[in-house]
Amino acid sequence: MVVTEEKILKLLDNVSDPEIPALSIADMGILRGVKIVDDQVIVTVTPTYSGCPAMYEIRRRIVEELKENGIVGVKIDTVLSPAWTTDWMSDDAKQRLKESGIAPPTKTNEFSLDNIINHKDFVPCPFCSSEETELRAEFSATACKSLYYCNSCEQPYEHFKCH
Amino acid sequence: MYTDEIKEAQKEYLLRLADDRMILSQRLSELCGHGPILEEDIALTNISLDLLGQAKLYYEKVAELSDEEVTADDWVFFRDEREYWNVLLVELDNEDFAHTIVKQLIFDVFEILLYGEMINSKDADLKAIAEKSIKETKYHLRHSHEWMLRLGGGTEESNRRLRDAIEFLWQYTGELFYTDEVDDILVGAGIAPDVSKFRDEYYKTLNKILVESELEEMDPNVWMQSGGRDGRHTEYMGHILATMQYLPRSMPDAQW
Repeated sequence: MVVTEEKILKLLDNVSDPEIPALSIADMGILRGVKIVDDQVIVTVTPTYSGCPAMYEIRRRIVEELKENGIVGVKIDTVLSPAWTTDWMSDDAKQRLKESGIAPPTKTNEFSLDNIINHKDFVPCPFCSSEETELRAEFSATACKSLYYCNSCEQPYEHFKCH
Repeated sequence: MYTDEIKEAQKEYLLRLADDRMILSQRLSELCGHGPILEEDIALTNISLDLLGQAKLYYEKVAELSDEEVTADDWVFFRDEREYWNVLLVELDNEDFAHTIVKQLIFDVFEILLYGEMINSKDADLKAIAEKSIKETKYHLRHSHEWMLRLGGGTEESNRRLRDAIEFLWQYTGELFYTDEVDDILVGAGIAPDVSKFRDEYYKTLNKILVESELEEMDPNVWMQSGGRDGRHTEYMGHILATMQYLPRSMPDAQW
């Protein structure tokens, strides 16, 4: 089998973020690229959050997935720049996120002290689409999500934060 | 390539950034399992994790700049109190929830302004770390700001505790603006931000939040604590290091 960058990208579609099983690392924007240099496969990834503990598992899964398909000696490069943003998530990925019960991120705001302090995110309920929802906590089961509550269907739910 | 003078200054500067975040992260991690409510337990430890991640990025860069074989862990676990350069604010005890929140607010507002300048750094790595971290800090500030409003406008007791906290912690804000020749060299080289540029905005923002939180404005031009950047710490520092460093010091080769 001839290993091509396209084939590797296709294989890596099977690698999901352990904390967001509905999305692959490509959907998440964690996977930044694949290159083959002198027979060595180099996979470039970027962390979602500086301290994201899932990065270790993601690197392991990449190596494992490629090994199962006969590709060994994979090098994983971690880059910080450009900084990861939820704006990289496709509409299709956002839809799947919503179907899995997590309210998807909206477009990120322009950065300013005032925007941060007087923020108001519009986060409709992923279950009943009601807009009668309220923020319960800025942090949820993982750093990348916050906790909301829907006053219409009375369900708590997570929101994938705009980042 | 940087000159030796800039390289040395950069190592020192990165350690200061790293130590501030490392010690604050360790302090917040003490609340794991002890938050006042489950959501807060999770929030404070998530913030702790972000700070730990940021600290790691700085320590790794110091290690890269060093001639010796050192890792991020060496900096964290095998330095003594007098070799830590963090500001005193971050090592102070959690005390009560009001102290914890006010301490975070004091740090978060500073960090937002610092990173807001650092994203223009001529050093590509520092710029990348700032661009990454500022997004995390945004949520830290939203969290501490929300709690300021809740506690300040809550009950008589929550307002009193918040007032006690700000009156005690205020004297530790000055050190955030400490500068010496390390900063002068790096500001001159376009690597580090000039913190004096946003000092007024910092205090204006803090005071605005205090007023919103039904507290009185504080005076930035009073006597302030210092010493952390020279390794002269409060009595809390030895204790926090003892907890943090115990395991790797008693079993130096321990691995996860």
